[in-house]
Amino acid sequence: MDSHQREHASALLTEDEAVATAAMDAGVKLGAGYPGAPSTEIQETAATNCHPASVPDYIPLPELRELQLRRLQTVVALAWRQVELFRTRLAERGLTPEDIRSLEDIAKLPFTVKSDLRDTYPFGLFASSMKDVVRLHASSGTTGKPIVVAYTKEDVEVWTSVMVRCLAGCGLHRGDIVQNAYGYGLFTGGLGAHYGAEALGAAVVPTSGGNADRQIMLMKDFGVTAMCCTPTYFLHLIDRAAELGVDMKELSLRVGVFGAEPWTESMRRHIENMSGVEAFDIYGLSEIIGPGVGCECRRHQGLHIFEDHFYPEIVDPATGEPLPEGTEGELVLTTLSKQAMPMIRYRTRDITMILPGRCACGRTLRRIGRIGRRSDDMLIIRGVNVFPSQVESALLEIEGTLPNYQILLTSEQGLDQMEVQIEVTAQMSNDKIGALQELHQRIQGALDHVLGIRVRVALVEPHSLERSEGKAKRVIDRRAT
Amino acid sequence: MKIHQISLFAENKPGHIAAPARLLAKGGIDIRSLYLADTQHYGILRMIVSDWQKAAGILEAHRFVAKVTEVLAVEVPDRPGGLADVLEALEGTGINIEYMYAFPVRGDEAILIFRFADPDAAIAQLQTAGINLLASEELLRK
Repeated sequence: MDSHQREHASALLTEDEAVATAAMDAGVKLGAGYPGAPSTEIQETAATNCHPASVPDYIPLPELRELQLRRLQTVVALAWRQVELFRTRLAERGLTPEDIRSLEDIAKLPFTVKSDLRDTYPFGLFASSMKDVVRLHASSGTTGKPIVVAYTKEDVEVWTSVMVRCLAGCGLHRGDIVQNAYGYGLFTGGLGAHYGAEALGAAVVPTSGGNADRQIMLMKDFGVTAMCCTPTYFLHLIDRAAELGVDMKELSLRVGVFGAEPWTESMRRHIENMSGVEAFDIYGLSEIIGPGVGCECRRHQGLHIFEDHFYPEIVDPATGEPLPEGTEGELVLTTLSKQAMPMIRYRTRDITMILPGRCACGRTLRRIGRIGRRSDDMLIIRGVNVFPSQVESALLEIEGTLPNYQILLTSEQGLDQMEVQIEVTAQMSNDKIGALQELHQRIQGALDHVLGIRVRVALVEPHSLERSEGKAKRVIDRRAT
Repeated sequence: MKIHQISLFAENKPGHIAAPARLLAKGGIDIRSLYLADTQHYGILRMIVSDWQKAAGILEAHRFVAKVTEVLAVEVPDRPGGLADVLEALEGTGINIEYMYAFPVRGDEAILIFRFADPDAAIAQLQTAGINLLASEELLRK
């Protein structure tokens, strides 16, 4: 570490303390959402779910913005000094770190995209030398090389602190027994949740994924109170427990922290009804830090972003232009305190919005809506944004099950045409033309309504749509580019 | 009294009926009657075959979606008024015909195939009117 870096490291490091002190000085009402919570005194009280780790969640807005600007300037300077790609991109725009004078100036900075991580594989975006790096994680890399992310000791501490804030926000504290079924290993999920739960003072059962029967046995025998895993894995555990004659509602389990994949409100209702847990949505991505970028509080009105460390923006996925609060677009995140691998304006491809107004829990941290889809999947048809997931939900609503379908895009006289081809299932099949036509019209109506553009609907023979490696190919784009 | 009819969804494109027809031929299935209801883009191929269970099995094994429905077969003299007499028996009863088709047999008789919304009510009404409903075996012997 050179003297410059050390200076920056200490600047970044000491600020959490500064934040906590500032918050206390400002008389932040801790846990204001919970009756009887202490107002200016910091107490760890199980009854009110207050945790000292949550202090930065309530930092007054002017101080938060000031802190964010200071950290942004620091991290931009760090990346500019240490990361060649970033320096080159700033130079192309005639920018230097000094041009960042306000938070709004962030919009001047170039985006970072996933392919940047692949193109610079393995260590090209690191801002720290290996002697300061204490951890490397990598994505599974289903296509080609994986992406690699690095952490200094301080980065791991930040990661741990945001995970503690997530879990504290879910109402967990010392004394809880947390079973962590996120995968341990190169994937950030397992270790991220593990460090956070331990630092919170909870007892961690590091089961990692797999072996449902043992998961259920431990849950029961240890009196586990909280479960961390993907929502689909928990659904699997619910089903398996029923088969084993274990009633999840009879167990001590009261909290589920579910993430690493999109899930819906109806899934939440199902999980809560079947298991009796309070289900929380947690958000994160390895490129930024791993799990712990954001999490729901007990109000379940969106996910608070720990924006003292991760600065959120919403941009138009097509143009990259910043969008106002309450408008849906692509989430872009900047790591404000990351040292080993700062990410400036990283395009997450996740579609959401910044929810307007302040959460009833009292946290000053802004919230994003739950993520249901990604901009990778977005199609632009005659200037209108269309997602295959919208087609899916419309079909699901009509049939109750999802038929195999394909979206075919063509260009006719310069105009985009979208055709949704749907394989006729046994359930849809009929001997009466009228019944088929009626179904055809219902699908047409639902798609027009959901997509806001006129599409063609074609009913096609079963198993006639192209599949690659057993998986259906959803979109075929034959438009001239 | 009820006859099993197989319906097959087919896109309105050249060659799309050839494949199932070939499959049934290979399986030794005799297609006793065939009717194609069509729209601009797709059609429904309705068939009465010598062995409907075997035929449905063959088609499903080849990933066709074969829908089996019950229809009624009425034998009438192949002369003016043959159809009108049957329809008269149903008049005013509120019995609704979903669709029907017909084919001649042996030159002097014709078979009418009816798909009723309520086949049991139709059977009762037609039998009361003395109209000859064919059982499956009878139809296949024709």
